[in-house]
Amino acid sequence: MGTPPGGSPYNGYDAHQAPLGDTAQNRYNFPSAPSRQGVSQPYAQPQAPSAAAGSPAAGGSGGHNPLVRPYAMTGGRTRPRYQLAIEALVSTTADPARLQGQLPEHQRICRLCFEIKSVAEISALLSIPLGVARILVADLAEAGLVAIHQPGGDEAAGGQPDVTLLERVLSGLRKL
Amino acid sequence: MDFASSSGGAARSTTSAKIVVAGGFGVGKTTFVGAVSEINPLRTEAVMTSASAGIDDLTHTGDKTTTTVAMDFGRITLDQDLILYLFGTPGQDRFWFMWDDLVRGAIGAVVLVDTRRLADCFPAVDYFENSGLPFVIALNGFDGNQPYQPEEVREALQIGPDTPIITTDARHRADAKSALITLVEHALMARLR
Ligand SMILES: Nc1nc2c(ncn2[C@@H]2O[C@H](COP(=O)(O)OP(=O)(O)O)[C@@H](O)[C@H]2O)c(=O)[nH]1
Ligand SMILES: [Mg+2]
Repeated sequence: MGTPPGGSPYNGYDAHQAPLGDTAQNRYNFPSAPSRQGVSQPYAQPQAPSAAAGSPAAGGSGGHNPLVRPYAMTGGRTRPRYQLAIEALVSTTADPARLQGQLPEHQRICRLCFEIKSVAEISALLSIPLGVARILVADLAEAGLVAIHQPGGDEAAGGQPDVTLLERVLSGLRKL
Repeated sequence: MDFASSSGGAARSTTSAKIVVAGGFGVGKTTFVGAVSEINPLRTEAVMTSASAGIDDLTHTGDKTTTTVAMDFGRITLDQDLILYLFGTPGQDRFWFMWDDLVRGAIGAVVLVDTRRLADCFPAVDYFENSGLPFVIALNGFDGNQPYQPEEVREALQIGPDTPIITTDARHRADAKSALITLVEHALMARLR
């Protein structure tokens, strides 16, 4: 197994080190079923946008713990506005100074993506469920903090990679 | 909004592609991914509810149970501006919603087969045949054993003559690399045909 180019951003993130599901659950109290509504939450509720007021994610008391549950982080939305491919690439374009004041999860993603990462890597490396990572990344793109490159699909071929991309992948694999 | 043109940065000029690695439980998917990946295989998780089959649908109010689906994946930087991702399918074939996500935009799939448990690959083969995704069959010979000839397996699986069937050792980088090359050649042929 080779060394990732650009250093070792993956140190400590070996997928086999521990059941990641447990980690994610402990950190985010996840999945947090709506039936828990009314039960005291270990983590602070974020300021939910008004659109989410009627959702189970809304409510609860404020607090200062920066950890938030994933669906609360997404303001009650359950679908990204744009369906990001799991292999879509994300790179932070914002100046580090702009990250102050962003939600903690947004900041973590921005810091991670100073070196280009896929949506799948963001999910895995930050222990954020895939669907939540998609929403957070879409938020960041909309705010102009990250740039996203959706993989090149050939519309005429039903979104399959185009021939040029296939040829480049083939020659890249042969050179490995 | 057009993401690709929203702003500058490295993402703008870098492209990604993905290949799916499928097969039954314990057939060597994660081993295969790890053999060629430049990083230790990572694991990403998606959450679904049993009744809605919606990914990460966290707002439902019923008493449906949630299920976490895990996928292992690796990464190969093929060029300064080209990254290939290898995604292993979730262990349980019933998580089809996850497969749809995996297959969309993929170059194709390597279906790993342990010939001692041939039937384990049926769901994957069915799925890729139905979705039209190019795939190759790679017989993972545990402990170097390849008890069946590729053509015997072709017969048993009722696989068409165009689909490559190769032998591999998922633990070896050269073998995994060669399987990927066979797949991309096959996908290219399918596109040019
Ligand atoms: N002897 C031998 N063991 C293998 C081979 N491929 C995988 N294994 C082992 O089989 C087990 C299951 O492999 P894994 O990659 O986790 O399977 P997955 O469930 O398809 O991801 C692991 O203990 C591997 O080390 C092989 O080609 N030969
Ligand atoms: Mg596995």
